Amino acid sequence: MAAKVIVLTSGKGGVGKTTSAAAVASGLALRGHRTVVIDFDVGLRNLDLIMGCERRVVFDFINVINGDAKLNQALIKDKRNDNLYIFPTSQTRDKEALKRDGVERVLDELKASFDYIVCDSPAGIEHGAITALYFADTAIIVTNPEVSSVRDSDRIIGILASKSRRAENNQEPVEIHLLLTRYSPERVEKGEMLAIEDVKEILSIPLLGVVPESESVLRASNTGTPVVFDDGSPAGQAYLDAVARLLGEPRELRFLRPERRSFFRNLFGRA
Amino acid sequence: MRLLDLLFPERRNTAAVARDRLKIVLAHERASRAAPDFLPALQKELLEVVGRYVEIRDDMLRVNLARSGETSLLEINVELDGAVIKPVGNGNGSGRTRPAPPIVVAKPDPGSDPPWVKPG
Repeated sequence: MAAKVIVLTSGKGGVGKTTSAAAVASGLALRGHRTVVIDFDVGLRNLDLIMGCERRVVFDFINVINGDAKLNQALIKDKRNDNLYIFPTSQTRDKEALKRDGVERVLDELKASFDYIVCDSPAGIEHGAITALYFADTAIIVTNPEVSSVRDSDRIIGILASKSRRAENNQEPVEIHLLLTRYSPERVEKGEMLAIEDVKEILSIPLLGVVPESESVLRASNTGTPVVFDDGSPAGQAYLDAVARLLGEPRELRFLRPERRSFFRNLFGRA
Repeated sequence: MRLLDLLFPERRNTAAVARDRLKIVLAHERASRAAPDFLPALQKELLEVVGRYVEIRDDMLRVNLARSGETSLLEINVELDGAVIKPVGNGNGSGRTRPAPPIVVAKPDPGSDPPWVKPG
């Protein structure tokens, strides 16, 4: 199988790109695919923290682009799954250090040894974000059910259609998926939050998954464990469903009903 | 029912408001994103040409490109309401054509009514 480059992008910051990149990459690895997840957010490195490997970073993406380090010196092997590698970025350089031809060379080298290359894009529509999406075969648009996030997603979808390598070379367009995160069925039921159908209709791209707002996401980032490794977490299950759909397996959407908590669970229980 | 309404005032469905606002703003933004880059240049050059013959302010000429399906429609609207025709001697029998007057694109007069106000 030819290696696939998947970018997680959103335009807006804080919607869950890094959380989702970590979860999707871990999910693909759990399904037996050799996967590397790359941090494109030069200067604001965070994927290492979310993946729990921040103390193992020696060399980074920019070192490899500049030829100061070999790829295998910079790649960090995940301790939980043998198929999973983390490729951290530089914390000290700026985004202009991402030279397009250098990125292309590194991606080509990675394609030889991995099935999936998951790119965690920075927010915005500047150089770093454009470089992250430029080489993508597949794009996962991470969107919150909220007006500014939906608008920025629409903008990024437009950029994918015009500025990606596939668009510039008149190739088959980038495969675009919607990943709706921080979804709260309770608030949707009250008419306080855009529903799945609203966002799907407005953006008119196929839905890959819906991740419910969940306390387990913060717990996961606290400990540096991607949320899919938390077996009891609805968010983790929702990400695993999304990964299955990405692999072409149909899965019903779950966790979309408001949780009816019993009186006693409210008294004694924990979410 | 009245009493219930008083006790639990109906909260506005703000999600519906969000959806409608998004639909409107995105329709607008997608249309302007699809506009080709040459439109501002085209508008400027048209203003120069028309301005040789008629006194025209730059807000009196509008260029718009509309697309529907396979068809594109380039729409150029020139408003000449009250415009002064410049005397240009073309074929006035003297046997030589005068050079075209220099291009003057008048700026909108801040005191006058905006062009969408019909003179009363």
